[in-house]
Amino acid sequence: MSKISHRFLREGRALPPELEEARLQIQSLARDKYKLDFFETVFEVCTYEEINMLAAYGGFPTRYPHWRFGMDYIEMQKSYEYGLSKIYEMVINTDPAYAYLMDCNLVVDQKLVMAHVFGHVDFFKNNLWFAHTNRKMLDQMANHATRVRDLMDRHGASEVERFIDVCLSLDNLIDPYADHIVRRRPPSQEEVDGAERDRGVVARIPTSSYMDRHVNPKEWLDQQKQAREDALTRMRSFPEEPVRDVLGFLLEHAPLERWQVAILSIIRDEAMYFAPQGQTKIMNEGWATYWHTTMMTADILTDAEVIDYADHHSGTVAMRPGQLNPYKMGVELYRDIERRWNRGQFGKEWLDCDDPRARAAWDTGAMLGREKIFEVRRTHNDVTFLDTFLTEDFCREQGFFTTTRDPRTGQWVVDSAEFKKVKQGMLQMLASRGTPRVFIVDANADNRSELRLVHEHEGLDIQLDWAAEVLGNLAAVWGRAVHLDTWVEGRPTRLSHDGARMTQKARAE
Amino acid sequence: MLPIDRDLQRFRDIVKGRVRKELRRYMSSGELVGRKGNDTVSIPIHSIGTPRLRHGDNKKGVGQGDGDGDGPGEGQQAGDAEGQHVLETELTIEELAEILGEELQLPRIQPKGQKDARTSNPRYTGISVNGPESLRHFKRTWRRALRRTMAGGEYVPERPIVVPIKDDRRYRSSRIKEEPRSAAVVLYMMDVSGSMGKEQKEIVRAEAFWIDTWIRHNYDDVETRFIVHDATAREVDRDTFFRTRESGGTLISSAYKLAMSIIDEHYPVDSWNIYPFHFSDGDNWSQSDTKLCIELVRDRMLPIVNQFSYGQVDSQYGSGQFLKDLTEAFPRDPRVVCSRVANREAIMGSIKELLAGGR
Repeated sequence: MSKISHRFLREGRALPPELEEARLQIQSLARDKYKLDFFETVFEVCTYEEINMLAAYGGFPTRYPHWRFGMDYIEMQKSYEYGLSKIYEMVINTDPAYAYLMDCNLVVDQKLVMAHVFGHVDFFKNNLWFAHTNRKMLDQMANHATRVRDLMDRHGASEVERFIDVCLSLDNLIDPYADHIVRRRPPSQEEVDGAERDRGVVARIPTSSYMDRHVNPKEWLDQQKQAREDALTRMRSFPEEPVRDVLGFLLEHAPLERWQVAILSIIRDEAMYFAPQGQTKIMNEGWATYWHTTMMTADILTDAEVIDYADHHSGTVAMRPGQLNPYKMGVELYRDIERRWNRGQFGKEWLDCDDPRARAAWDTGAMLGREKIFEVRRTHNDVTFLDTFLTEDFCREQGFFTTTRDPRTGQWVVDSAEFKKVKQGMLQMLASRGTPRVFIVDANADNRSELRLVHEHEGLDIQLDWAAEVLGNLAAVWGRAVHLDTWVEGRPTRLSHDGARMTQKARAE
Repeated sequence: MLPIDRDLQRFRDIVKGRVRKELRRYMSSGELVGRKGNDTVSIPIHSIGTPRLRHGDNKKGVGQGDGDGDGPGEGQQAGDAEGQHVLETELTIEELAEILGEELQLPRIQPKGQKDARTSNPRYTGISVNGPESLRHFKRTWRRALRRTMAGGEYVPERPIVVPIKDDRRYRSSRIKEEPRSAAVVLYMMDVSGSMGKEQKEIVRAEAFWIDTWIRHNYDDVETRFIVHDATAREVDRDTFFRTRESGGTLISSAYKLAMSIIDEHYPVDSWNIYPFHFSDGDNWSQSDTKLCIELVRDRMLPIVNQFSYGQVDSQYGSGQFLKDLTEAFPRDPRVVCSRVANREAIMGSIKELLAGGR
């Protein structure tokens, strides 16, 4: 690990006394009174340059050399210097967790941030989608950095950088659930033997010989035979099942140099590490916001701090017209869940009741709210969270609507406030997070070792100019042409890239 | 020095490389014109981010708000858009000029003779015994005080207390230093008669942008003056220069006369490098005026200017006669440089022609 970058981690600057005092108070509140369960959390005070650097590095003090960090950094620097934006807090999912405080913030801001951070760390530790993340990522990232520098020394910085660029443009083509599910299971001996033994032999329904051609007609026998053959062909095809984890597939099967494999695997590791954060943005921010509001208003604030707190908190949950704020969305949902479970507004009876007055007055005194939200934060991700708890009542109270682009003016306009549409739109937005779902279906297309992928089209077209570059990069890694089957403006289309340029042609569907 | 500075440096290098590669496009599209600040040029860089497979722009979004008619109703798309496709970044004018020079292989301009405008800057290099307290030289003062204390035998090494008195005080003092600074004045002249259309003016504007960039790179101080003319000439500011549209005839000599009187009045030839640039579509009112122009250039301008430059922008109506007349009159004089700009694509070549002399 580089010495400079760890200046403010290990040798550390002790927190100033007033912040240390606040930290102890908030930590014991969170742990003892509110039963949050978090890793040990280390707070560091940083200058805005350091904060911006850390933010550009995704929260980690040491990353491999790459220009995009510099690009992100300069943008944040400018934006801060012009007073457009400012990073309040940052925390990374490691054990112990590290959180950064900006040195020029007010003490009340720092308290807010600390309370918020304990919420995040509790979430990192307990949410199941994070269960497989590497909690020693701080070291791992530093190791990646060393490894990449090594490779750069050996193979040339620009050569390695070019390959990193290629890999990065593919780094959203991963399977975010890969760590949770065994996708591929080798066929059991029995299956293999069975398929082999039965090849070409079709079970006939036993009958007398003169009935045979009626009971076991030739078409049916042929059909059976074909099904057997197909099953065997499928076993022979490569890959056997569609593969979502494109990077993983390339790692195993693309004709790469050793150093390229090392780079690709680093990029994939880091993408996988960050994936759960993308899947739980609303839940995570909502949870942290829920706890900072709870702790700040109930326990921590002094009279003198109320105004500043209110000002800054409202900034956090403020909504820009027509945009969705994950902090706001999340915290409102948790509160709604807590309220409903406190009043027993769940279960069959509640769902069956359609008398608005009865529903409004519904209160069984169940008081299960807190318990319920802890359970929710453990098991859900954003998609299931919204799918389960986004109710029509909630939707109406919060005033959600869908927007669509007016084809005539090109302006965004309100489309509908209808619950079904809103929920569907929101889930769709989350499910893909802007990333189209793409699978490798054939690594030997046309028997020419070309790679064929299929895009699961869910109503949204792929952006073509970027697709051309991405497919070009994919072809560069794969070493042969690649094809992507998708839809463009409602027509089934195949995008092919032969390494030099992309062609687009209609395909049969 | 933060570790990220290295990444930042690398990013800047990439940006410079990109500008270098796309210089021709930047020059012909005129994209950079009007993006100049005091020391920096803001540059739009296309598709520098990492391309990723993603959904197109036609997606629907979900928003939240009151939605009651006004205000919050209109929403932008929701969701997490990835980084912008067009990135604005900044290069210093120096960096841009260097790229321009390298790509066009422009020779550095040799300032003519000993034409240095002397500028005098106060520099605080001296010491004096009186001056304002804000300029007190602490170290010298303390040293005087220490010397006095020791000489008086009052100095106790165990308790080293040194108290300066008024006589000990020393102050920084300024010396006026004369520094040679190379200075240049660029006079832009443009025909704004009816035949010069919008497109022609845009081309002139782009040319002027790059000429400015290069000449600023070569001199410490650069002044620019702007003259528009049809049948008469007048001096205007930069903004008006590119916007004025007149109708009526064209007497080019009027502009040259005005240019000469500006030079005579403000820019003594022994301390200024002088660069007249004239742009027109090549029409002049009469052959006799053209003759007058040529006399003016030969007898009045050439003796004092570094280079006389004429850029002829093709237009629908212009005959282009003036360019022919000029080249015939000065067939081999390196101080007269003419260039024809057929369209935007030709800007790059034209800049090269105009500046290749290194004069």
